[in-house]
Parts: sequence; structure tokens; C-alpha cells
Amino acid sequence: MVAFALPQNSKLTPGKIWPIPAATNLREFKIYRWNPDDGQNPHVDTYTLDMDSCGPMVLDALIKIKNEQDPTLTFRRSCREGICGSCAMNIDGTNTLACLKACDDVKGPVKIYPLPHMAVVKDLVPDMTHFYAQHRSIEPWLKTSTPTPQAEWKQSESERALLDGLYECILCACCSTSCPSYWWNGDRYLGPAVLLQAYRWLIDSRDEATGDRLDNLEDPFRLYRCHTIMNCAKACPKGLSPAKAIAEIKKMMVERRV
Amino acid sequence: MRTELGKVRGLGSAKSGTEHFWHQRMTAIANVPLVIYLIYFILSHLGAPRAAIVTSLKNPLCAVMLGLAMISVLWHMRLGLQTVVEDYLHSEGKKLAMLLIINFATFFLGAIALYAILKMSFGL
Repeated sequence: MVAFALPQNSKLTPGKIWPIPAATNLREFKIYRWNPDDGQNPHVDTYTLDMDSCGPMVLDALIKIKNEQDPTLTFRRSCREGICGSCAMNIDGTNTLACLKACDDVKGPVKIYPLPHMAVVKDLVPDMTHFYAQHRSIEPWLKTSTPTPQAEWKQSESERALLDGLYECILCACCSTSCPSYWWNGDRYLGPAVLLQAYRWLIDSRDEATGDRLDNLEDPFRLYRCHTIMNCAKACPKGLSPAKAIAEIKKMMVERRV
Repeated sequence: MRTELGKVRGLGSAKSGTEHFWHQRMTAIANVPLVIYLIYFILSHLGAPRAAIVTSLKNPLCAVMLGLAMISVLWHMRLGLQTVVEDYLHSEGKKLAMLLIINFATFFLGAIALYAILKMSFGL
């Protein structure tokens, strides 16, 4: 059955309240902490920052906490401009990129948790192994039988335009981990991010394996666990619509049999 | 010790599901006029004696519409309940048992409904 309560060892406990700096423009950050090595349950630590000496984004705040207050705070980050997808986390109840989310857009204390329903490696770092294997399973590369041309594979402007709204996906997993179907059946359901990537190759005019790709996806669990809940489109920090891509895949499935 | 890709590929694609998806949409569309008719039939016969309902059911159009409504609604119910089971039941044994119960119950209810409609329609 679906588990509506967290397992005993995942239940949150109150955490440490870190010293409040002497300043006027203060902001509270409540951050999920879990260390695999200390045998303790996860807890929520409270940090207070002087926002006059902090950058505007949540990622700026996390880096400031790690640099100045607590070097053990663990999170992924790289590009700090919304193109690498590393700093995906749950901020103020919504999955998004910490580098694109402004602290001022949050009312009250900024609550930061790891991506929901993923195994946690430490603090805000989720285990993405399964997600990446699912992406690998849709074979996200150009597949052709025609001998490779001397120059490039040709594509018209309108054919290229079909990839807009798809190629921008950075695989941050904000959408997949916001999807209840992915929470309940993530072992078999590919989830919105991977299905959007699958559609990106299905619709690529240069690809010659469309039928094989559809065969691979046509499955009650891999594809049809999507019930158009739309959390994916709401969560996507790049403004894409995985739900629409999945609907297009379903249309292709129906189209090839009626 | 299986690799993550091995786990994801699992037993491979079932190469089915589209028929389920398509039938769910088809019965949903069919349900709109059929259920409106069913509600109209029920409301217009509220408190009527059995003889009045039997008389109405002697009209072939009425009997056929009610029969179709039963088939479409029950088929839609079967497909929907299957989706619920697949979403929320994760033990293979329980899932299989529930799918059997859903299938048997659908056909049982359908047989009762069609038998009743036919019986009254032919005035027995």
C-alpha cells in the first residue's frame, strides 16, 4: 500500500537553533538535516542570517550559512544560474532551484527540504541514481539506420522548432519528485522529466527509431501512470510542461493504432 | 546486486496500456449521453409502480439505451478501479486478488443489470 506516514527513522525531530547575528535585517531559515553516520532521526535546524550581507537567492543564503555558520550543511550546487539543475530542492513547499528562488518570494521563515520522496544521501542531497538510470533507459541519443551523411543530419527550421520547450530541460528532477504517481510508483513509472526527454527524441525529425521508442514506452507503468495531475508543469523552474509532452506521447500511441 | 539500469528495464515493456487508455476515454464520452438518459429515466419514474416501468421498457429505444448505459458505465468503472489498484496497491498478491474481484464483480453486476432490463423489456 501507499505509505501516508513517514517510516519511524524518517520522522522529523526538533533541531538546533543557531546563534542569531547582531544585525537588523534578519531572516530565518529552517533547513532539513540528516547525517547517515550519527544514527539520529532527521531534524530541522534554524539559522538566522543578516540579509544586508547576503545575496538575494536561497542558494546565496545556503552558501553563506555553509561559509560562516555551519560548514557541515550539505547541498549540491554548481552553476548558480539555473542551467545545471544541481541545487534542486523543496523550498517553501515547492520543488525548485535554490539559485532561481529569491528569498523575498517566500513569506515568513524559508523552509528548505530535500526533493520529496527520494532517498536522502545527506541533508539536502537526494540519491539520483534511479532517476538517471531511468533517463538512460529511454536511450536519449539520436538513433538512425540510414548511413551517417558526410556533413550533418539535415533539419528544417520548422522541424527544429518542435524541440522548443523540450531541449531546455536540465534534468533537475523538480517535476518528477513533485508527481504523486512518481512517489507511489517511481520504481516503474518513468516520471515527467524522463518522459519529456523521451518525447524530445520521439519528435526529433532526424531520429529513425520512433516506433521502437514508442514500443519501449507503451506500458501501464512506464507511461500510463501519468494521470495529468499537472504538478510537474507547476514545479518546473524552467517553465516547461512535461504534462503536455506526456499527453503528446499518449496521442502518438493512439494515433498508431486507430 | 542488480545494476540500476537492470532494475529500471525490469521485465521490459508490457507493450499494452494504450487500449486501456483509449477505452477509458471512449466510455467517458459515451457515458455523457447515456448517464443523462439514465438520470432522466430514473427521475421520470420516481415513485412509479413496477407496471409503469415495465411499460416504458417495452419501448426498444428505452431498453437499448439503459442496456448501453449499464455496459458503458460498468466498463468505465472496471477500467477506473484497475487504475486505482495499479496506483496504490504494491504487493503483487493483493493487486492480483483485487483485479480478479473487480473483473468478476463487473461482469456479475453487468449480467444482473442486463438480465433485469431484458426480462422487463420482454414483459416477463
